[in-house]
Amino acid sequence: MKQISKIKWHHYINYIVIAILTVVFAFMSFGGMLDSSTLYMLEKMAIAVMLAVSLSVVVGFLGELSLGHAGFMCVGAYLGGKISCLLEPFFDNGMVTLLISIIIGGIAAAACGIIIGLPALRLKGDYLAIVTLAFGEIVRSLFMNSSSESFGGSLGLNTPRYDKNSLFIIALLLVLVCLAVLQNIIRSKHGRAITSIRDNEIASRATGINVTKYKLAVFSISAFFAGIAGVLYSFSNYTVQSTKFSYNYSIEILVMVVLGGMGSINGSIIAATLITYLDITLQTKLTGNLAVLQDLLYSLILIVLVIYNNAPALKGFREKYNLKNTLNGIFKRRNDPARHTDDEAKWDRVPTKIKVDEVLSVEIKTTQSTVDPDRKEKE
Amino acid sequence: MEIIETLINGLSVGSTYAMIALGYTMVYGIAKMLNFAHGDIIMVGGYMIYLTMVATGNALLGLLAAIVFCVVLGISIEKIAYRPLRGASPLAVLITAIGVSYLLQSVAQMIFGTAPKMVNIANLGNLQMGSLKVPYYTVVTLGCSFVLMVGLTVFVKYTKTGRAMIAVSEDRGAAQLMGIHVNRIIMITFAIGSALAAFAGFFMLMKSPSLSNTLGAMPGIKAFTAAVIGGIGSIPGAMTGGLLIGVVEAISFKIPIIAPYTDAIEFLILIIILLVRPSGILGKVRREKV
Repeated sequence: MKQISKIKWHHYINYIVIAILTVVFAFMSFGGMLDSSTLYMLEKMAIAVMLAVSLSVVVGFLGELSLGHAGFMCVGAYLGGKISCLLEPFFDNGMVTLLISIIIGGIAAAACGIIIGLPALRLKGDYLAIVTLAFGEIVRSLFMNSSSESFGGSLGLNTPRYDKNSLFIIALLLVLVCLAVLQNIIRSKHGRAITSIRDNEIASRATGINVTKYKLAVFSISAFFAGIAGVLYSFSNYTVQSTKFSYNYSIEILVMVVLGGMGSINGSIIAATLITYLDITLQTKLTGNLAVLQDLLYSLILIVLVIYNNAPALKGFREKYNLKNTLNGIFKRRNDPARHTDDEAKWDRVPTKIKVDEVLSVEIKTTQSTVDPDRKEKE
Repeated sequence: MEIIETLINGLSVGSTYAMIALGYTMVYGIAKMLNFAHGDIIMVGGYMIYLTMVATGNALLGLLAAIVFCVVLGISIEKIAYRPLRGASPLAVLITAIGVSYLLQSVAQMIFGTAPKMVNIANLGNLQMGSLKVPYYTVVTLGCSFVLMVGLTVFVKYTKTGRAMIAVSEDRGAAQLMGIHVNRIIMITFAIGSALAAFAGFFMLMKSPSLSNTLGAMPGIKAFTAAVIGGIGSIPGAMTGGLLIGVVEAISFKIPIIAPYTDAIEFLILIIILLVRPSGILGKVRREKV
């Protein structure tokens, strides 16, 4: 009985919500209640969620900034699109083609993730960001300058469009797979190792964590799902063009992750859905020079949110007026340490480096959020 | 002869990169942050040159206006966006800088539109020396940037402010204890970097007159690449890296087979150099301490 009561429902809420939505939309689609623009939006949302969640693992949990996420997607989109072009005449059932291209596209992107992960072992921070950016641009320029019979060159690769009535279901199911894999990794001991690398690499190395292994693993898994998102992209469009995958797109994915809150997977899902919705609805409303208003908005959101969440001067303000405390105040909820979820690790919970004045002062502050509930129970 | 022409062209492009790279490397050395928006300051400078040229027709006046405006812009960006984050995680600062870069690009697009503007600074013609034919703008670029680099080196080495800059980049805490006003030094660094970016914008428009809101994006990234190759934080390193990238670019443009892959080659050099020597050619190796 005790085991059953220990199931943390809020850990599974995102699967449940997405699964219910998938079923509902599937029925609505077969009942002919969804028009093609809604179906298109659902596909795009699923792709965006997958990209944002996979980037969130690198940025929010491993603590490395990757600006080459669009590059991994590019690899997946081109390879998946090419394979689907080659296989299309042989299989009557589009599903087989789709699955084969997804697997190959994902694996190719994961291989690229390992290649880019190798320099990542020696570099960090700004250097790594610039190397991943460079990688994305290299990949893009290779595809852009390819011959027209191989990958379409600068005109782009023409790909078969998958049946739009069922592609979004496959895409949403793949989102579930992606969530299952990534969340389980993050909630396992490997996930704790990954967050410990983010918080202090030297300390985690000293405790025997194989930093090399984990960094490579995170980069390749994240790239794998970005590659799958790319394959889905090629199936939901008639052409794949390299201009789409410039580093601006990587930054757009980063905006989703930051907007959702770094280190929160559910946040990334919500932000990705919201931004894709805004993207597609505003695309038809804002035309010409007004279209730039959207970019303006994103950049302002990015700046304001990051400053608000990270500025040392605003720390007191944040602690006083954050959403959790306000909600607790409204619902008179007790601040119960057992309620605290340890996987949705807050970005600034553990300082990356101990400041000089903290070492000099004897007082060591432990906030309630750093108390591990499991350990407390054992004691 | 063609080899020498290519080399001179490369050195001229490279010195423009070096100008930009100096801005990156100084800010990185002193404020310990990658100012992603640096490339876009070039673009803003370009638009200032364009506006002044439309109003007065004088290119040098445009350069002056661009320098003043870029310095003000650089200082305000530092004050509004980066200063509140001093002491926060480096990732937060980097993401803010990316946001600022995006913001500048979209504001420019909103004001001036996407269609590129033509800025014909001056048709200087070619310098003919025997069989050697070099466009005058390359000579002007090379000469100006040489003077600027020497000036900057003298400033950093022999003035009080310059030495304070070195002190802050060595150890910010200790510099503060010695009575150096760290915030002011960082502000001056941003001002110098932005002024150099305005010069770089002028040189770039002299080479090709087309001006759009993404003018500075790619050169910015390449210049950062150059700064990293040379060893970030090192002023001679930025110059070396910039010239190297420029020469590689000019040579690669001349060979038809690899010409489309020029950008890829430059980035590949960066990755290889970082793998072989993570601190860059002239950079200091710093051991990480707990």
